[in-house]
Amino acid sequence: MKSSKKGKDFCIFGLPGMFCFFAVVIIPFVYGVYLTLTDWDGVSKTKNFIGLRNFGVVVQDKQFWISLLLTFRYVIVVVILVNVLAFAIAYLLTRGIKGQNFFRAGFFTPNLIGGIVLGYIWQFVFSRAFVSIGESTNWSLFEVSWLSTPGKAFAALVLVSVWQLSGYMILIYVAGFMGLSEDVMEAASIDGASGWRRMINIVMPLMMSSITICLFLTLSRAFMVYDVNLSLTAGGPYSSTEMAAMHVYEKAFTSRQFGAGQAEALILFLVVACISGLQVYFTKKQEVEA
Amino acid sequence: MKQTTVGGTKRKIWNALAIALLVIIFIAYMFPFLMVVINSLKQKRDIIKSPFSWLFTIKGLSFDNFVKAFVQMDFLNAFKNSLIVTVCATGLVTLLAAMLAYYIVRNKNAVSKFTFVLMVASMIIPFQAIMIPLVSIYGGTLNVLNHRITLIFMHTGFSMAMSVFMFHGFINGNIPIALEEAAVIDGCSHTQTFFKIVFPLLKPIISTMVILNSLAFWNDFLLPSLVLTDKKLLTLPLSTYSFYGTYSADYGTIMAGLLLCVMPILILYVVLQKQIIGGVVAGAVK
Repeated sequence: MKSSKKGKDFCIFGLPGMFCFFAVVIIPFVYGVYLTLTDWDGVSKTKNFIGLRNFGVVVQDKQFWISLLLTFRYVIVVVILVNVLAFAIAYLLTRGIKGQNFFRAGFFTPNLIGGIVLGYIWQFVFSRAFVSIGESTNWSLFEVSWLSTPGKAFAALVLVSVWQLSGYMILIYVAGFMGLSEDVMEAASIDGASGWRRMINIVMPLMMSSITICLFLTLSRAFMVYDVNLSLTAGGPYSSTEMAAMHVYEKAFTSRQFGAGQAEALILFLVVACISGLQVYFTKKQEVEA
Repeated sequence: MKQTTVGGTKRKIWNALAIALLVIIFIAYMFPFLMVVINSLKQKRDIIKSPFSWLFTIKGLSFDNFVKAFVQMDFLNAFKNSLIVTVCATGLVTLLAAMLAYYIVRNKNAVSKFTFVLMVASMIIPFQAIMIPLVSIYGGTLNVLNHRITLIFMHTGFSMAMSVFMFHGFINGNIPIALEEAAVIDGCSHTQTFFKIVFPLLKPIISTMVILNSLAFWNDFLLPSLVLTDKKLLTLPLSTYSFYGTYSADYGTIMAGLLLCVMPILILYVVLQKQIIGGVVAGAVK
């Protein structure tokens, strides 16, 4: 009697949610590992088991390693810029100025809008507005659209990502600053700590939990950048801004190499998991209690 | 704040500088949006002449761009599709995740423990690591792509882990089991107890999850682009994408289309700003 009731509970409460989760996340993930061992092209009915040969293909896929390296560069620059900028803005916002909520809400706006639309908006800004500034001021920085030269297209992608992500991090840092204990700050100023000393020795350690969260979020988002990449530069010019996530998509759905594409996706996943795991481990160690 | 009594003027100067700096950064942040608004009303030749010219200095201002974009994007249809998908998926994941989390908290058996650990671990898997097998399973074997319901189901599945995790934390910390025991003694079945007693108590976390999930579903591009190709079913981000592909040189129309696209969510933001920001912060800090 009792066990049948338990079974009924499980079917009503547990099963539907678990079914969705397993059907959409776990089964495809496991199946994906199997796919890397086949030569499937996405269309044909037969999949031949070819062992680890796909990983051999991946090793020789120069473009993949180039895009992975590029993604590393992009992630490092974006993570640093986003966090420094968001930390600084949040610090300014929490000094008791008027209109704090207005500013905070404004900075957050890009996060409400999908990356595709943001990329298109900026495409206009780079290719028309900035060029127009360049034409009227003869400022060589803006004379040619950033999106048509490799180095500058990368900078453009970084700029847009920083703009997009920082609003979100500002929210988290503001919440962190607001949570700083008044007592500790007061004690610090009585003890004569001010300016930089107070920032480095008192504020930073107490903000470490916010920093952990923000670093984690920016890391994982920057590594997986796709929408903005697609709509802003589409990987161009000359694949100079093709990030790893986009390369994986192209490999599977455009070149129709599903097995190799999935192998690259798994490698990317492992890289991201290791790096963000290490980051959380190391920054958590720095956290202190007030 | 703390030093207003000591060195008040110095503090005031610093604050004025801080505000000035903030205003400058803020304007820079808003610049792209400003460009969109200004140019959405202009004709192509005026935009090419100068994207900066202010509205009142130009003669050929009109809402033509909006009309054209509205028709070409099939805006109403795309809006409807986005709305159906977002509302259904958000409702479904909220309900199922709350129930599953409740089950896991109250029944500590091997299955529930294993599921929970698996869910927490799965949260680091990026979508790109799953999309290829996902397409091959649902497109090949099951052949159910190009249905709204498939997209709704997938959205639900993908946000399940995160949602269960959040509900789990909330139920663990805020819902006393004594309340449920009392309800059972009064003759409630487990299902009644959940829907009449527990679910209403989850309101704060429900509103957080509804905000986070619906924003994510509304703006998602990659998953819908893999699932839906039928023109009639396209969601707003997808129809923006195909619209842009066709009209990329027609700047005025494009700007109007982009503005149309962000309008619904911005209006909602103005109304629900506090809740949205609160929800996002609560979601991140957990």
